[in-house]
Amino acid sequence: MKKVLEVTTGEARATPRQAHTTISGRPIEPLYGPADTVSVDYERDLGDPGQFPYTRGIHQTMYRGKMWTMRQFAGFGTAAQTNERFKYLLAHGGHGLSVAFDLPTLMGRDPDHPLSLGEVGKCGVAIASLDDMETLFEGIPLDQVSTSMTINSPAAMLLAFYVLVGEKQGTGAEALSGTIQNDILKEFIAQKEYIFPPRPSMRIIVDMIRYCTERMPRWNTISISGYHIREAGSTAAQELAFTLRDGIEYVQWCVNAGMDVDSFAPRLSFFFNSHSDFFEEIAKFRAARRIWGRTMRDRFGAKDPRSWMLRFHTQTAGVSLTAQQPYNNVVRTALQALAGVLGGTQSLHTNSLDEALALPTEEAVTIALRTQQVIAHESGVVNAADPLGGSWFVERLTNEIEAEALDYFRRIDAMGGMVSAVEKGYPQREIQESAFRFQQAVERKEKIIVGVNEHVMDEKPIPILYIDDAVEKEQVERVAALRRRRDGARLTRALGDLRDAARGTDNLMPPILEASRAYATIGEMCDALREVFGEYEEPAIF
Amino acid sequence: MSESEKRRRRVVIAKPGLDGHDRGAKIIARALRDAGMEVIYTGLRQSPEQIVAAAAQEDADAIGLSILSGAHLPICRRVVELLGERGLQGVKLFVGGIIPTQDVHELEALGVAGIFLPGASTRDVIRAFEEALPSPA
Repeated sequence: MKKVLEVTTGEARATPRQAHTTISGRPIEPLYGPADTVSVDYERDLGDPGQFPYTRGIHQTMYRGKMWTMRQFAGFGTAAQTNERFKYLLAHGGHGLSVAFDLPTLMGRDPDHPLSLGEVGKCGVAIASLDDMETLFEGIPLDQVSTSMTINSPAAMLLAFYVLVGEKQGTGAEALSGTIQNDILKEFIAQKEYIFPPRPSMRIIVDMIRYCTERMPRWNTISISGYHIREAGSTAAQELAFTLRDGIEYVQWCVNAGMDVDSFAPRLSFFFNSHSDFFEEIAKFRAARRIWGRTMRDRFGAKDPRSWMLRFHTQTAGVSLTAQQPYNNVVRTALQALAGVLGGTQSLHTNSLDEALALPTEEAVTIALRTQQVIAHESGVVNAADPLGGSWFVERLTNEIEAEALDYFRRIDAMGGMVSAVEKGYPQREIQESAFRFQQAVERKEKIIVGVNEHVMDEKPIPILYIDDAVEKEQVERVAALRRRRDGARLTRALGDLRDAARGTDNLMPPILEASRAYATIGEMCDALREVFGEYEEPAIF
Repeated sequence: MSESEKRRRRVVIAKPGLDGHDRGAKIIARALRDAGMEVIYTGLRQSPEQIVAAAAQEDADAIGLSILSGAHLPICRRVVELLGERGLQGVKLFVGGIIPTQDVHELEALGVAGIFLPGASTRDVIRAFEEALPSPA
């Protein structure tokens, strides 16, 4: 019998259960108009780009004056392999480096630790000591290239390594430009790559901010992150609220430690997700700037306009990309990148099409970089700043999401602040609920994911980057050789000094620098701190 | 036997290795519980030894491993080895996360009962567990 062709007719075309909400569940009206923005006062609520409250952007000229930094997150295997990928990206138009570390590095474990089994070099580059860091940046001039490092619990150690590599190259710490993520609160909330309990972790961060304020004026001391909060399943409003409230917490702790807010606030930076709902994301970025500007000026009394300006990096939403029909991900990433640009980001990473399968191949990361270049050079969106400013829809969404974030601030303030809220499990539970609700919406087809719950098809697997287990063996041997050849006495002294400093109140950066010079491994330095601070694990609730 | 005395299917959901991404593990744990199974979630940073010990202690019918870090082969090999050493070969092993298709064959050869890749629904997971495990007596 001849197979009858199935045609999607008009009635069947609208997926009946699909909800007219954003991916966060926010209901959207069919139409917005002047009535939606009657309360908006241009001077008070918007301002021109470069004018308080910075809703429209932090620089007067925005991208005409300075293009966003095309900064692709990269790292896998050994330091030597990642060094090659760094050089590839820089040669193909990447403006700056962004380092992805493997899980042992992120968790302060040496490659031969039992929990490192199977993990070495898989999610990022394996860095066990200064020795590996030197290889990672071989041939890359740190006085010319800025670097962002995605590292949190052992951030102080990686910062020390970076400073020492610069020193060996003849570049002083004061000339180094870059960012260290160093945002432990979002670890407790979302990414869960914590080591020590919340309060000692905050102490380490305050020490680092103080050190950088004194010695590294071109360095962003922290990248207060919403990306991971969003990837863990939060709504856009939760991402905005928890990120900025984390920021408030860091500022408060530094102020409580006696620092003048204008001395460090200009070097705080932020990191947001750019997710699938185009207009909700743009509104979120605009609301972020407005909230932060007002918070810094009015809540903290900051006087320097640079303290008021929210500078941020954006990454397109990894969690939205599919293993099914991976070439569709190029389209998703392009739309999300465009939202980031229309939202006024200072820096951007675009995910590769194979994001849901593995770390990116060279081909995949090239398309991701080209996506940014096409937007920058061909789309024309860079010619006018905040091009969606004044849109009834976008201004209304900006106001809505701001109000939701401020509501969360009130609740968290009432709990005694973000550290208290984290200890009570509040943001963690909010995120888990949102994640579960989203999964239900997908399974009920209220949210369509093309290729996954609609338009599914048979397909062949695409080539992916595969990290050999040989990398682990190589790293274990390398660290063993390092341990044999370094000055054991100097190391023992340095680790002892580190423990002493941790027990007291001295800044931890100098002893970490000394231990790093002595080629202490990350595992050894973190173990010294584990002895003093203890380890944290969250209650196993689901 | 009354409804309350029927033995429910018992499942340990575990996060082995260093990865902290627990969004999926928690959703699966909750979905299996809502489907009437007894679910024990181990929390993060579990060694294969700790996971197998939990399964033994909890008299589990199945272990579900959530692995997004790429460490699935060494971890699964070790878990299967330990289950064998402890005479727990009857415990069914499931794996979910980021698993390249080229590794699926080896996992199946190890005896993994089900592999869930990105895009799998909680319905798929529940059905797979129900089919692989003995019904409530």
